[in-house]
Amino acid sequence: MAIAGVAKPTEAELKEYSAEAQAWFKENTVRDPGFMLPLTFMEVSTDQQFDFLREWQCKVYEAGYLGASWPKKYGGGGLHPDYQRAATRAMKDHDAPIMINAIGIGWAGPLLLDIGSEEQKQKYIKGMLNAEDIWCQGFSEPEHGSDLGNAQLKAVRDGDEYVLNGSKIWTSLGDRAKYMILLARTSNNEGDSKYAGLSFFLNPMNVPGIETRPIKKLTGEYGFVQCFFTDARIPAEGLMGGEGDGWKIAMKTLEYERGAKVNLAGGYFLKELDVMGIVDVARRSLRGGRPVLDDPVMRDQLVEYMIDIQAQNLNNYRRRMPPLVQDRPMGLPLMSKLARTEMIRELTEFSLQFQGAKAGYYVGDNNAVDDGYWHRAYLNSFSATIGGGTSQVQKNIVAEHVLGLPKGR
Amino acid sequence: MKNLGTIGFSEEQVELMDVATSFCRDKSPMEKVRALMEDARGYDPDIWQEIADLGWLAIAVPEQHEGVGLSLAEVVPIMEQMGRHLLAGPFMATTLAAQALVAGGSETQKSAWLPQIASGTIATLALTEKEGDWNFNNVTAKAEASGGGYALSGTKQFVTYAEDTKLIIASVMLDSAVRLVLIERSTIADGALRREAIIDETKRSFELTLDGISVDAGAVMDADMSKAALAHVDLAANLLQSAEMCGGTQAVIDYTLDYLRTRKQFGKVIGEYQALKHPITDAYVAYEKARSHMFSAAHSFADQGRGEVATRMAKAAADKAYSHAADRAIQFHGGFGFTHDCDAQLYRRNAIWNASQFGDAAWQRMKLADLLF
Repeated sequence: MAIAGVAKPTEAELKEYSAEAQAWFKENTVRDPGFMLPLTFMEVSTDQQFDFLREWQCKVYEAGYLGASWPKKYGGGGLHPDYQRAATRAMKDHDAPIMINAIGIGWAGPLLLDIGSEEQKQKYIKGMLNAEDIWCQGFSEPEHGSDLGNAQLKAVRDGDEYVLNGSKIWTSLGDRAKYMILLARTSNNEGDSKYAGLSFFLNPMNVPGIETRPIKKLTGEYGFVQCFFTDARIPAEGLMGGEGDGWKIAMKTLEYERGAKVNLAGGYFLKELDVMGIVDVARRSLRGGRPVLDDPVMRDQLVEYMIDIQAQNLNNYRRRMPPLVQDRPMGLPLMSKLARTEMIRELTEFSLQFQGAKAGYYVGDNNAVDDGYWHRAYLNSFSATIGGGTSQVQKNIVAEHVLGLPKGR
Repeated sequence: MKNLGTIGFSEEQVELMDVATSFCRDKSPMEKVRALMEDARGYDPDIWQEIADLGWLAIAVPEQHEGVGLSLAEVVPIMEQMGRHLLAGPFMATTLAAQALVAGGSETQKSAWLPQIASGTIATLALTEKEGDWNFNNVTAKAEASGGGYALSGTKQFVTYAEDTKLIIASVMLDSAVRLVLIERSTIADGALRREAIIDETKRSFELTLDGISVDAGAVMDADMSKAALAHVDLAANLLQSAEMCGGTQAVIDYTLDYLRTRKQFGKVIGEYQALKHPITDAYVAYEKARSHMFSAAHSFADQGRGEVATRMAKAAADKAYSHAADRAIQFHGGFGFTHDCDAQLYRRNAIWNASQFGDAAWQRMKLADLLF
């Protein structure tokens, strides 16, 4: 997207920048720091991982390869988005670690650049980019997992503060974050739709009355916390928009995350699962003394998954080709989360069947296949089939919004 | 992984999609489909003529043989809409016979037949034998030199629309190589064709006894060319079937959705029940995946290597999606689903038919394993 006063680079300029970025990531990317690097910002479990990724993001930012297209006066590079795209491509090409401050640069930052005050931009943007200020997101609640619009955490205005009571859950980096973007209920007037009473806050985490408790995941690792708010008082200036605008703004942040509206800071927060790596595991694994790839049953299954993976990839291209989606244009976008996350869950589960007795090992044992990568990937895959609306909720969405079936349970 | 298909489309493809969508909808309403099921011929010759007049049989025929000179990619959207509306007729049979000629025919054979086919002459293939083998190199029917030509023997099955064709292209063994041979319908005695009872009542198929039929020397394709033509026709058939099956899948899902939106039980529209809502959504998701594969196969068909992978994936995905969707359609219609009046069975039978010809999903996956790993 064009930005006033920012020139689109010539082909030569972009080529030169790209070559520099490629060289930088080639030189600076650490593949194996001696411990397992998280594949997503939701999987940061240890101090070691946290410190490493925070330093890494800062280093990338200081080299100019993060926030390259954000305004200079707030800490960005002031360049055309094409530059950032080239830098992000270089990151991917060198399989560089993820950017840890996902909620900051992926959600809160674009929101502030879009509708924030000058003061807010000055205050927050740079700290997001250099990972000095880690951000987290407080949308989900213990009683309302998939039903985000039903959030019940109360925010009551008291002078120039809001008083918060309630709880948020599944907060990635919640115990390490300085700020949270928070969806809270400022009114529950009878007759209003449940969405109308929601408001959106920039919430400082370091205030009395906010406590976090780490959640031990099914993998045995950490990464999420539950946050408890007990008469926590936060400055009223953290309210974004007006009271009651919360749902609208929350939906806006989701759009930023999908990259639909604004130019993003760059980088990525999740590494794609190496789905093709599974063929390699099958090649290396023996079953009855023969490679798994020679076993007709396993072969057949594996081809089924290859067909499915290829379908996902093709779907992603096809959804941008209007003549090929005329009948139900919203079908592919709305089914994409469901289809992709379920496929990854099934595929990673299947990968365990290749491993014979070794499927009994887990992360931490030297004998584990690929250091337990596949076990961990399988267990972690549920974060995507559950988080962001469970697959079952996704099916309702597709059934109701694409197939025209009635609501009702 | 190598040789994966890509996706794209041509302007002609989109135009044909639009035309075929309304044509097939208008010409093949369900009452018509059901009436033709009872008809001996099984299709409406006037509509066949309209199809010929639209030039659809000429699409993938080269220009020098009075065709349009496009590719099978442009035939795919037509086949998809025919599948969607169960439009009966020898379109697939004739298109595949033309492709056999394009890929393996001599100049004389092509000049003699392609212009005719392009303007609406019906032709068909006779490749299958009693073992039902999808490997079309396993042939027992024979051609033996006799006089200046060849005497044929053996039996061919699933020769679709044989009764009404002018040309049948059959596979036979000659000097221990598979050859394709051009048989004019006029040389076939009446008793040599037996109508088969087939699962899909919207189609017509025949068993052909070759004994007693002879052809002249120019009717046989060269051995290498025959081999190439068979490989080409195998893939072309699977491409077109994946399109027919995608169309059928869409139709059976829509048909079931109509029922789920209107039928009431226990005081509720049954589409409210997640026990029905979620599986129909699964069927829809599988359909969209199959359709992406279909477009990819159409787009990649002519690419060496890629075309075969994309086509076999498309057929496998379409079989899986269609078979499942139609199976669930019967179940979700309850007691009505068990009746012949319910259209769900038409689609289920059509899916079984298409899976049975040129290889089902498991067969395609077996071929793919060798191509991919």
